Amino acid sequence: MKRKVDENVKREPFSGRIISSTIKENIDEKVEREIVYSRPECMHDLPTILCPGCQHGLIYRLIGEAIDELKIRGHCIGVGGVGCHAMGMGMLKIDAIMALHGRAPEVATGIKRSLHGKPIVFTVQGDGDLAAIGMGDMINAVNRGEKLTTIFCNNAGYGTTGGQMAPTTLLDQVTTTTPEGRQPQGFGYPIHVAELLATMTGMAFSARCALTSPAQFNQALKTVKTAFQKQIDGVGYSFVEILSACPPTFKKTPLESIKWIMSHMLEEYPLGIFKDVDKIP
Amino acid sequence: MLEKRLINGNEALGYGALYADCRCYFGYPITPQNEVVEFFARELPKVGGVFVQTESEVSSINMLYGAAATGVRAMTSSSSTGFSLMQEGISTLAASELPCVIADVQRGGPGGGNTQTSQMDYMQVTRGGGNGGYHNIVLSPASVQETFELVQLAFCLADKYRHPVIILTDAIIGQMQEGLELHRLDFGPLPDKKSWALTTVGDHDDPGRFIQNAPGILGSYRDYMIRITKKYQEMTEKEVRYQAGHTEDADLIVVSFGSSARSSLWAYHQARKEGLRVGFIRPITLWPFPTQIIRAAAQHTKKFVVVEDNLGQMLRDVQAAVQDKAEVHLVGIAHRHLVTSSGMIFPKTVLQEVKRLI
Repeated sequence: MKRKVDENVKREPFSGRIISSTIKENIDEKVEREIVYSRPECMHDLPTILCPGCQHGLIYRLIGEAIDELKIRGHCIGVGGVGCHAMGMGMLKIDAIMALHGRAPEVATGIKRSLHGKPIVFTVQGDGDLAAIGMGDMINAVNRGEKLTTIFCNNAGYGTTGGQMAPTTLLDQVTTTTPEGRQPQGFGYPIHVAELLATMTGMAFSARCALTSPAQFNQALKTVKTAFQKQIDGVGYSFVEILSACPPTFKKTPLESIKWIMSHMLEEYPLGIFKDVDKIP
Repeated sequence: MLEKRLINGNEALGYGALYADCRCYFGYPITPQNEVVEFFARELPKVGGVFVQTESEVSSINMLYGAAATGVRAMTSSSSTGFSLMQEGISTLAASELPCVIADVQRGGPGGGNTQTSQMDYMQVTRGGGNGGYHNIVLSPASVQETFELVQLAFCLADKYRHPVIILTDAIIGQMQEGLELHRLDFGPLPDKKSWALTTVGDHDDPGRFIQNAPGILGSYRDYMIRITKKYQEMTEKEVRYQAGHTEDADLIVVSFGSSARSSLWAYHQARKEGLRVGFIRPITLWPFPTQIIRAAAQHTKKFVVVEDNLGQMLRDVQAAVQDKAEVHLVGIAHRHLVTSSGMIFPKTVLQEVKRLI
């Protein structure tokens, strides 16, 4: 059996996995092939515009898979923060809106409340967006016990603007605004948002995941689905922090970036579920 | 029979919104507009509406942005300093073309200023105080009844143009009690919101609607700017509103808005009674500004007196309209009866200045 090169094969942007193909027409011997892994149904067939090795695309894939598996596409409204991750919001076949820097939880509140709690509303925000300019918005939305879900992309820096320090930047990490490495005197400490929000009464579910292996991806998918389910069940705010590689900010290759997350970020930001309740008072 | 109430201008704002079927309000307390927040907290739950007390005016305007995106009628309110905090959000609402109403019950400035009246926000509301090239439609009521009616008009214009509309009142209009006749105004059919409002895609194989607040990121920025500019031109042509008297037959015309127009109106009537050839123009839309009526009047009237409780802000729009064809004088904050923040421009002061200048 000899296979010809087929230009109609579509591949996953990062992994190179085949997502659709007309390959059976181009092989000498007809073989029926089953596609076992493809683009989630709720995602547009668009190429990614993110940098090589960026994991934001993977985060949107994760959200897409969760939406498909929970069969909630028709009930979702997405709110994108400001940053590279926001570009992913247009990849999903759902109603969506872009928020000002840091304000996604407030925009989500306005949407959810004005539609009397009916839609499933989620925000996707980066660490500069959520943990710096938008920390007040985030804490107050959780404090009100809004029935919303936030996916928080923690890549230890400001990616879109070129790799400056974020509140999540590790100590001694070199960024363009901490050229000598982040020193606590004057620059503060890495902030642990998932743990911080877990202390709040209005929070139903708070967890941190990483995407450093297929097993971690599957764990993250399960976690994101649980977070959506908390909102569907009307428990309270649900929050998933995902450690995400940003090779330009890390100044590393894609592979080195994943390794750096494993060797450095996981030490500072342990994975786990910090709060999981079925009822808030 | 119409329902009548004796209430203040802040509550009239609330009633106007309810009569316009606004069922969403997001607000943060600030003097002198606390009665607005309290009105909605009290009244909205009774009609199945949504009231959220926010943690800041920044939060208010962004919740309003979310609610407006779902196509419901929604509003917020604040006073001067709080309104400043909303400016980035108002620019975003204009950029995203989302209809909503924002009320600014002015207090004294600059900075923390004071909690009493002034008309110092004219510039920040009429010039599109946030970033980028946009304008707000600004409606300026001069009575409790007019506040109630202009809020209803504001929701109509917001829906008609898919644009935020500002109601500019002040501590005097907001706090004074007057008789109010409650009645619903009918503005006719308005555009359908289904094509853009975010209400979830449901079971349809719909790609989903996308509201973009950064028009330059996707698509043609130049075409967007041209289209939005046409919208502003249309507003300028169709939405100018003003009250005028004796503009054809005046040696001096008083131009005034909001609470100071009440003082000016008395002075104008009194001057006419005394046989003085005085005219009166009260812009109701501060943007678009009634430039044409003032320009036409300037052909035969040699003096204009702008009465406004600030250091001369609308004065510049009047000067631009007059084009040096007539003298333009200011009766402003220096003419208040007290040096403290409780000072006001009294009707008799306006009359005295009119007599001095005519």
